[in-house]
Amino acid sequence: MKRQLLVTYLVTILIIYALWYILSLLLGSNLLPDPFLVLRQGISELDESLFWNHVVASFLRILAGLFFGFILAVPLGLFLGSNERLDRLFAPLIYLGYPIPKIVLMPIIFVLFGLGDTGKIVLITMIIFFQLLITTRDSAKKISMEVIYSLKSLGGNRWHFYRHVVWPVSLPGIFTSLRIGTGTAVAVLFFVESIATRKGLGFYIIDAWGRADYPTMFVGIIALSSIGIILYETFDLLERKLCKWKNA
Amino acid sequence: MSNNLLSVESLNKSFPGLNEPKKVLENISFTLSPWDSLAIMGPSGCGKTTLLLMIAGLLPSSGGSVKIEGESINGPTRKIGLVLQEYGLFPWKTVGANIMLGARLQKIEVLEKILSGLKSVLGIEGLDHLYPHQLSGGQRQRVALARALILRPSLLLLDEPFAAIDAITRERLQDRLLTVFGQRQFSFIIVTHNIEEAIFLGRRILILDNHTSSVNTIVDNPEVGDPHYRTKPAFFSLSTKLRGILEELD
Repeated sequence: MKRQLLVTYLVTILIIYALWYILSLLLGSNLLPDPFLVLRQGISELDESLFWNHVVASFLRILAGLFFGFILAVPLGLFLGSNERLDRLFAPLIYLGYPIPKIVLMPIIFVLFGLGDTGKIVLITMIIFFQLLITTRDSAKKISMEVIYSLKSLGGNRWHFYRHVVWPVSLPGIFTSLRIGTGTAVAVLFFVESIATRKGLGFYIIDAWGRADYPTMFVGIIALSSIGIILYETFDLLERKLCKWKNA
Repeated sequence: MSNNLLSVESLNKSFPGLNEPKKVLENISFTLSPWDSLAIMGPSGCGKTTLLLMIAGLLPSSGGSVKIEGESINGPTRKIGLVLQEYGLFPWKTVGANIMLGARLQKIEVLEKILSGLKSVLGIEGLDHLYPHQLSGGQRQRVALARALILRPSLLLLDEPFAAIDAITRERLQDRLLTVFGQRQFSFIIVTHNIEEAIFLGRRILILDNHTSSVNTIVDNPEVGDPHYRTKPAFFSLSTKLRGILEELD
C-alpha cells in the first residue's frame, strides 16, 4: 500500500515535471522557468535557515488552525448531532454562518486579533470549524435507534454512547472534512500570509514574485503545496488506522 | 410471594397524536416463569416491538407496571438481554469486541472458558477478528445472541431475530436457541411474524390485537422444546389454529 502510494506520487511528479518542462520550452518566458532550475534553487534553499523559518511558520499556523478548528467543532458537532432539540436551536446560526466566505471577515479579524499569528490562526480556525462542525453533526445524526437500544441494553451510559457510538460513527466524516478543509486552509494561509507579514510561505512567494525571482517563487509554491500534501496524507493514514472496519 | 420471573400488569402505552394521544398498548398483563418462553405475535403495527422495548426498560410506559424478579423496571438492567431484528451489532467493532462490549461497559469479568463455550454452542468460533459486515446474516445473529447471553441475563428479549434469514438457516438458528436455552436455563420472549417460529419456540403464544391494542389470546403450547416438534401433528394443528386467529385480526 505504502509502496503503491509512493510510486503513484513519483509517477505524478515525473509527469508534472515533464509537462512543465515542455510548457516552459514552448513559452520561453521567465515566468515559467525550467523545472530543473527550480529544482536546483529548491535544493540550495534547503540549506537556508531563513527558508525553513518560513516553512515552519506556515506549518505551525495551519496546524494551529486545524487543531483549534478540530477541538471546537468536533465535540460541538457530536453533541448537536445527538441532541435533536439543541440542533434545532443552533441550526439557524450554523446555516447563516456556514455560507459566509470567512475570508471577507479578514479585516475585522485582523482588527480584533491583530496582524500577528493570532489573527491568521483565527481565520483558518473559522474556516475549518464550520466545515468540520457540519460534517460531524450530520454523521452523528445517522445513528440508528437499533444501535442506541443495543448500547443501552448492554449497560451503556451517556459517556459510552459518545465513546462507542457517536465518535466511531462520525470519524470517517471527520477525516473527509479534514482532508477537504486542508486544501481550503492552505489557500487561505497563502492569502493571509501575503498581507502585513514577513514570515511564512505566503510572504516568501509574494516577495519572490515582487523581485521577479520566479525560480524562488516556484520553490515557495512547491513548499506550500507539500504542506497540504503532507497533511492530506497524514489524515488519510490516521483514517486507515482508526477506521479499520472501513477497509476490512 | 410469586415465583414469576417477569410480571407485566395492566401495561399501557400511548404516543402523542395530532389531537389526542394514540393508544398503542392497553391493559397488557401476563407473567413469565423462570426458564420459560413466550412468543408474541400479532398484525403489523399492533405494538409488539413497543411492548418488548418497554419490558427492556428502553421505553417508558404510560401506565401499569413491569417487574422482573419482583423489582420494577425503570431502565435497562443486566437481568434483561436484548437482540434486535437488525442485530444491533456495531459495524466499527470486531466480532470479539462486539461480544465483549456489554461485559466491558459493566466491568464484568468473563472467564475464557465460558466465552469459548458460548461461542462453541453458537458456532461462532474463529470469527473474533472479523467485522460484522464480513459475516453472513446467520453468523451476525449468533454474534448478537452471544453478546446478549455473555452477560447471563435471566430474560432474553428477541425482536424478530431471524426475520431477515433464509428458511433453512432460520430453523438451524431456532434449534441453536433451544440448545442454549436448555443449557443456560434463562427465559426468553420472542416477537415474530412467523407462525412456525412462534410454535417451535414459545411455550405460550401471546397474540396482540391491533384493533383493541390489547391481548387477544394466550395459547398454551406444552410440547415446545421437542427438537422433532416441527414434524408432529400437534404442531400442524396449532399452526392452523393460530393462522385462523391471525386472519381474523388482519
